[in-house]
Amino acid sequence: MSVLLDAGTRLMVQGVTGHQGMFHTKAMLDYGTKVVAGTSPGKGGTDVHGVPVFDSCQEAADATGANASIIFVPAPFAKDAAIEAIEAGVKLLVIITERIPFHDTLDVMPYARAKGVAVIGPNCPGIITAGVAKAGIMPNHIFKPGPYGVVSRSGTLTYEIVDAMTKAGLGQTTCIGIGGDPIIGTSMAEALERFDRDPETKAVVLVGEIGGTAEEEAAARAKHMRKPVYAYVAGRTAPPGKRMGHAGAIISQGMGTAESKVKAFADAGVAVARYPREISELVRT
Amino acid sequence: MKFYEYKAHEIFRKYGIPVPRGVLAAKPEDLTDPPIPCVVKAQVLVGGRGKAGGIKLAKTAEEARASATAILGMRIGPYTVRHVYAQEMLDIAQELYLSITIDRSARAALLMASALGGMDVESVPQEKIVRIHIPPLVGLQPYVLRNLAKRLGLPKEVATQVSEIAKKMYALFRGEDAELVEINPLAVLKDGRVVAGDAKLVVDDNAEYRHKEYADLPQDRTPLEEEAHDKGITFIQLDGDIGVIANGAGLTMATLDVLNLKGGKGGTFLDLGGTDDPEKVKQAFEILLKAKPSVIFLNIFGGITKADTVAIGVEQALKAYGSGVPVVARIKGVNEARAKEILADAGMHSVETMEEGAEMAVKLRGGA
Repeated sequence: MSVLLDAGTRLMVQGVTGHQGMFHTKAMLDYGTKVVAGTSPGKGGTDVHGVPVFDSCQEAADATGANASIIFVPAPFAKDAAIEAIEAGVKLLVIITERIPFHDTLDVMPYARAKGVAVIGPNCPGIITAGVAKAGIMPNHIFKPGPYGVVSRSGTLTYEIVDAMTKAGLGQTTCIGIGGDPIIGTSMAEALERFDRDPETKAVVLVGEIGGTAEEEAAARAKHMRKPVYAYVAGRTAPPGKRMGHAGAIISQGMGTAESKVKAFADAGVAVARYPREISELVRT
Repeated sequence: MKFYEYKAHEIFRKYGIPVPRGVLAAKPEDLTDPPIPCVVKAQVLVGGRGKAGGIKLAKTAEEARASATAILGMRIGPYTVRHVYAQEMLDIAQELYLSITIDRSARAALLMASALGGMDVESVPQEKIVRIHIPPLVGLQPYVLRNLAKRLGLPKEVATQVSEIAKKMYALFRGEDAELVEINPLAVLKDGRVVAGDAKLVVDDNAEYRHKEYADLPQDRTPLEEEAHDKGITFIQLDGDIGVIANGAGLTMATLDVLNLKGGKGGTFLDLGGTDDPEKVKQAFEILLKAKPSVIFLNIFGGITKADTVAIGVEQALKAYGSGVPVVARIKGVNEARAKEILADAGMHSVETMEEGAEMAVKLRGGA
């Protein structure tokens, strides 16, 4: 078992003929993912690493039975790509693209929800079910199957933490990089809920950061979970009013501070690591 | 993107939102015929200009020029005032508050209004603020405006104008890719008109490509941050002394936090992103060195990033800009062993973990 992504996932890659699309199609295939189709308008009939390319999502879905999609297209075209995939009937949509205007994302998310599509991202590393499949860009070799779920707002910081977990013998069920934007498809609290329902997941590691109130909402959820949650929050030393790289990582009008998040977790009985590698130590004890 | 008040007024006007008459001036003599009486206001991107003496009243054109002389060149926070805006004085009967922003959790626009305007919105009691979500797919429907007017308890003539302004604000919010549109105070004048007494506008940086007309607007950045921005480098100057460069926003923040835990303080936030192009790495180091750090801590966790080409970029940068600043490097990634050789040959301190690196950076700073 796992969350959102499993052996039944048949993935299509939007923007498959671009540099990123090609590179990660290969890496996802290498991980054992069923990448069944790619799309690139005007390039239908060709192939990328043996994966057939179609002009549209509908053609790709009709021909291959794709039920999930991952988007690599540039920001100005991402909204169009997302709606096209939703209309073609996918049930899972992973948006890797960064720097999408959030007014576009504001249109996509409620529409996806109305159509029953789970969205991960944008501006995220994607999702991986250890040892089974990957719809994302994370390095294959750091993951190892095991009982821990991981949910995170960041990319490389997650790799850092997962690498430490794997080396400490703490394998993962599914790892979801939910993305660093203010408007995202799957919130931290929603990811926790999915992990709570997954029989394979015994505990969840959560990697948060400053900005917004997603961690506070996740803490409120964690209080009612049957499984333990361990957290790390990045940005304890970030100054107010500065956007720390991620569009969503900003302390504004006194909201979104690391203190508020750490306190919310502590109040919910969630152990909070002071530095990234400490998470593994907390989980083991 | 943040907007000076006068620029925000210009955009408000474009959407038909009533704003006071005003004149922009870079020199006192530019104020030949200001609206009289007027308020002369410093144009800066930070708050607190009133307290700093950046807002003055003037009853004659001469007084307006004298106020401009006093305000121009003034330091407010980290900024020097380059422009003043002489704005028609309003005869205000009541001050309201009106804003539209995003609610991340609801994934919707959020309209906020209060009959208690003019003050800091954070100091307005929660129950005095009306909050209404606007689902972006359906937009701002008329019933929302009816409810808004009723909950604010406004008389009919005022309610009609406020509703009209809210409608135009929402059009601006969507049309200009705004993060925040705020009018505080929204002034009800003694003659019955409703006018935006102040205008605050923040536009999504990621939407810059659809608003080329805003690309050259001055922003809330230091000269070095400006230079980095022009080169497409994510860089923020902080008040510590240790130069931090890492890949990924989360990891860079975490690196700063770990330094702090070990008794040090980061002076830069430089996110290299996914690049392993030596030329880009070199450019980033050039910016970093200009910030004059006491020691540099490079922290790269690259799954697919080529560690050796990053190391080559660092080596080239140090050679080109030869600084003598000690460098602590922690690099994980493809061809890691080769990267370590390059770093060692260039005299850098190579470490295995971010915690170890932070400790070493703090120690080297102490010795410097």
